[in-house]
Amino acid sequence: MSFTSTSAPPVERGWYKRNEIAITPWLFLFPAMLFFAVYVIIPIGQSFWISFHQWDGLGEATWVGTDNYERLLTDDRKFTTSFWNNLKWLVLYLLAIPMGLFISLFLNQTVFGIRLYKSLFFFPFVISQVVVGLVFSWFYLPREGLLNAVLALFGAGPVNILGDPTMATYGIIAAGLWPQTAYCMILYLTGLNAVDPEQVEAARLDGARGWKMLWFVILPQLKPATFIAFVVTIIGALRSFDLISVMTNGGPFGSTRVLSFYMFEESLSEFGFRMGYGAAIAVVLFFIMLGFIVYFLWSMYQDEKGGH
Amino acid sequence: MFPTPIEKRSRAAQISYQAFLPVVLIIWLLPLVAVAVFSMKPDADFTNGNYWGLPSSFELFNNYGKVFFESNMPRYLLNSLLITIPTVIGAVALSCMAGFALGVYRFKGNLLIFFMFIAGNFVPFQILMVPVRDLTIDLNLYDTKTGLVLFHVAFQTGFCTLFMRNFIRALPFPLIEAARVEGISEWRIFLYVVLPLMKPALAALAVLIFTFIWNDYFWAVVLTQGPDAQPVTAGITEFNSQYRAAYHLMSAGSIVAALPPVAMFFLMQKHFIAGLTLGAVK
Repeated sequence: MSFTSTSAPPVERGWYKRNEIAITPWLFLFPAMLFFAVYVIIPIGQSFWISFHQWDGLGEATWVGTDNYERLLTDDRKFTTSFWNNLKWLVLYLLAIPMGLFISLFLNQTVFGIRLYKSLFFFPFVISQVVVGLVFSWFYLPREGLLNAVLALFGAGPVNILGDPTMATYGIIAAGLWPQTAYCMILYLTGLNAVDPEQVEAARLDGARGWKMLWFVILPQLKPATFIAFVVTIIGALRSFDLISVMTNGGPFGSTRVLSFYMFEESLSEFGFRMGYGAAIAVVLFFIMLGFIVYFLWSMYQDEKGGH
Repeated sequence: MFPTPIEKRSRAAQISYQAFLPVVLIIWLLPLVAVAVFSMKPDADFTNGNYWGLPSSFELFNNYGKVFFESNMPRYLLNSLLITIPTVIGAVALSCMAGFALGVYRFKGNLLIFFMFIAGNFVPFQILMVPVRDLTIDLNLYDTKTGLVLFHVAFQTGFCTLFMRNFIRALPFPLIEAARVEGISEWRIFLYVVLPLMKPALAALAVLIFTFIWNDYFWAVVLTQGPDAQPVTAGITEFNSQYRAAYHLMSAGSIVAALPPVAMFFLMQKHFIAGLTLGAVK
């Protein structure tokens, strides 16, 4: 594929002309790499550095070695709560994948107006998480909320989901599942569109139907969609911040904090800026994410090797 | 096609499917329907406890009028636009070039740089927060739209480059080779051969980035403070504290804040979905 000049240049050309193929990619890459290095790559390193300091963001930072980490991992109950909540998010958020799959199977028909239905089902994903958070916090309101109005129809008592430390996190995750399910749904709808109809017909002739057909014939063909759904859902789960900030602001009694929220709170809270400690929390979160990132990249790398 | 097309089923199945669809849709969108209903109600309904009955009067125009003329909402909306549009242009421009470099040329480190862009795109925001905030303060850009735009451009470049590079990879390479044989310089090849073929990718990325940036909340809170620079996602919380417990106005405000990306989605649906589902089909 690489370019080799087909004939000797008729006249002596400039240095740039002679090296055009080698230099051009770097010229084209330069602006993007500069921006990305300044705002993404270098800050990751800086956060590691800051995490070994005690720093209020204004004055001099004092080197404290691994003190921040020791405190995090040994006696910080807020950190423990946040960490467990992150795990709950990770596990429960993955429900978006099967839920999205089932909605997409439900909608994968060609009846009149189905396109509009698909768009409207996708709707929650387009709305900002802030608005989703507001909408759900009103939905959950103990007196005015629609949820309790519906529950009352069935004779169930009023529940104050966001006010109850044992339920609040689940209430927020449910709100998060709403747009995420929509996203997974659209991924699967696209995937289902590309399912090989001949294979389906052949399997049908062989007597496969229902669950068996889904499991053995359809799902293997949906593998790329599932992979992407998995990637975006994991990242979404670990990035959860907006919903928590809008719906409960970490409460009640700090029961809904996750690492990303706790980090923000420590670094920029009204109780004073503790940037070093915040950075240490961010580093822990980064390492959790890194495990997934390495796995994602590895999968993509296998693809690259296979593809070209 | 899976599941079995409904046309091949019994008449009864078809009718019940058609009847079932709107019911499921309404349940799915119930929280949103609730907000839409709230935004049409008068204040009195809330003080009288008439939350879910019919509105005692129809106050749609009144409520939305208040949002537009008696609050900071228009300012926040304008800020959002002034942040979102330059970001879209910047990120798409940078990633077009980077994607071209990574998709067309073979050189040492190509894959490494590509993977660096992807990896950076997955990183949790919090690990960037403290240094980026510092950098923005040092550049004297704290609480400005420019500060937000610069960061967004940089961060979105990761995702956009992934997208562009894969798109360019799928273009017919002989076209570029033919242009080279003709002696066309590399940047002209980019401008006149590759760029015109990238129109669908440009459209898809533009709508996606528009939505992502419009909906960003975290960086808006970290890098800006007041109505001078804050976008509508951050502004809505201030709006809500101004109208505390005035659910009709808060609902109207939220709907206004959510509308632009929704409109974008419906106008450019094909491109939007093509962008989101990139890679979902091999």
